[in-house]
Amino acid sequence: MMETRLQEIHELAARIGRPVRLMEVCGTQTMAIFRSGLRRLLPPAVQLLSGPGCPVCVTPDSYYDQVLALAALPDVTIATFGDLMRVPSRRGSLESARARGAQVQVVYSPLDALQLAVVHPDRRMVFLGIGFETTAPTTAWALAEAARHVPNFFVLCGHKTMPQALAALLHSGGARLDGLLCPGHVSVITGTRIYEFIPRDFGLPCVVTGFEPADLLAGIARLLRQIAEGRATVENEYQRCVTTAGNARAQALLAAVFEPCDADWRGLGRIPGSGLRIRNDYAERDAARWCPAVPEAAVEDLNGCRCGEVLRGASTPPQCPLFRHTCTPDTPRGACMVSSEGTCAAYYRYA
Amino acid sequence: MCLAIPARVLEVNGDEALIEVQGVRHAANLALLENVQVGDYVLLHAGFALHKWTAEEAREQEALLQEVFNSMEQTPQPDTAATKAK
Ligand code: SF4
Repeated sequence: MMETRLQEIHELAARIGRPVRLMEVCGTQTMAIFRSGLRRLLPPAVQLLSGPGCPVCVTPDSYYDQVLALAALPDVTIATFGDLMRVPSRRGSLESARARGAQVQVVYSPLDALQLAVVHPDRRMVFLGIGFETTAPTTAWALAEAARHVPNFFVLCGHKTMPQALAALLHSGGARLDGLLCPGHVSVITGTRIYEFIPRDFGLPCVVTGFEPADLLAGIARLLRQIAEGRATVENEYQRCVTTAGNARAQALLAAVFEPCDADWRGLGRIPGSGLRIRNDYAERDAARWCPAVPEAAVEDLNGCRCGEVLRGASTPPQCPLFRHTCTPDTPRGACMVSSEGTCAAYYRYA
Repeated sequence: MCLAIPARVLEVNGDEALIEVQGVRHAANLALLENVQVGDYVLLHAGFALHKWTAEEAREQEALLQEVFNSMEQTPQPDTAATKAK
């Protein structure tokens, strides 16, 4: 089946007859594409670029500043997904804070963080809410649950939403794209309709795909077919998980607990309406009250790191002078090398 | 990785469920889905069931994953064990 798809891709690329630039929006897709060796099997004219869909990568330094300020408070325990531990920032990493005595716990789910709060009533348990529409509802549920009966559970909310970031990226035009592979698991929650503005406003085809190589190949083939035929619509290659309308229950919970706000993205700057903040009803749960946000200064090239350009699709990691020299997964100089979904890490391991 | 391994629901207790992923049992939260029943297949993310698969979709998904496992040197961890924020 994979061979047939590849053949179809090669035929379509030949028919299009010019180089095409496709963006895989999601970091997991980036990793899957590298890991499965798909990149080498594609025609040279089909270029794949990684998008802003690695949550750890796009979270700006100002968030990590807040995290480290919280970690320094004596009765605070930070509960976090593991891939945030090693992100370097102006004030060091969570890992180095822990080595200096801060209380930091790695969790797999906000449910674990909630449980930790129950078991340690003397600590203020702060869960780091990072991620897109797939993860945000799970944080929302934990917040709502805590509001009922876990007084020492809090969230530092860094959740973001995908459509506004894609719009900003496409407006900036830097990536010169011909089509987008849209992220399957975000779409499980949002449905495919959130992408409808892309063909409408930017004339670009979109295909929602999953993460298995067969899914990704099918997605690429469908994008190329749209390009070859001069069409631009939203197609769903991931029908076994994704519907047009998405998960209504999760959407309702998101809307009840969070409201849209302007948010800073590494590499993309401040994007109106692209973040989620905790609604007033749950303001007591907002750990940001104890560590006022520092405005995100022009810190994009901290130590010469070019994550910003990488995240915009304007540079590839090998174009960064630090790549492989001083910046490796063991000694990351930027967020894109830390997260296993980061583009720099993917290039380092598999390119 | 955000690998979506179908989880089979073994027990349901209100919003709590016991599920099985590749022979391993976990607790899962069902609050984000409606009408989950014993025997259903669900997509898990960060301990929550986010989507219900038909048995046929789950089989299709498992077949695709099998191809992935066969082609990889190391077996990826199911999403329940991943420390990913997506
Ligand atoms: S290689 Fe390292 S320093 Fe360069 S952009 Fe990537 S993460 Fe930043």
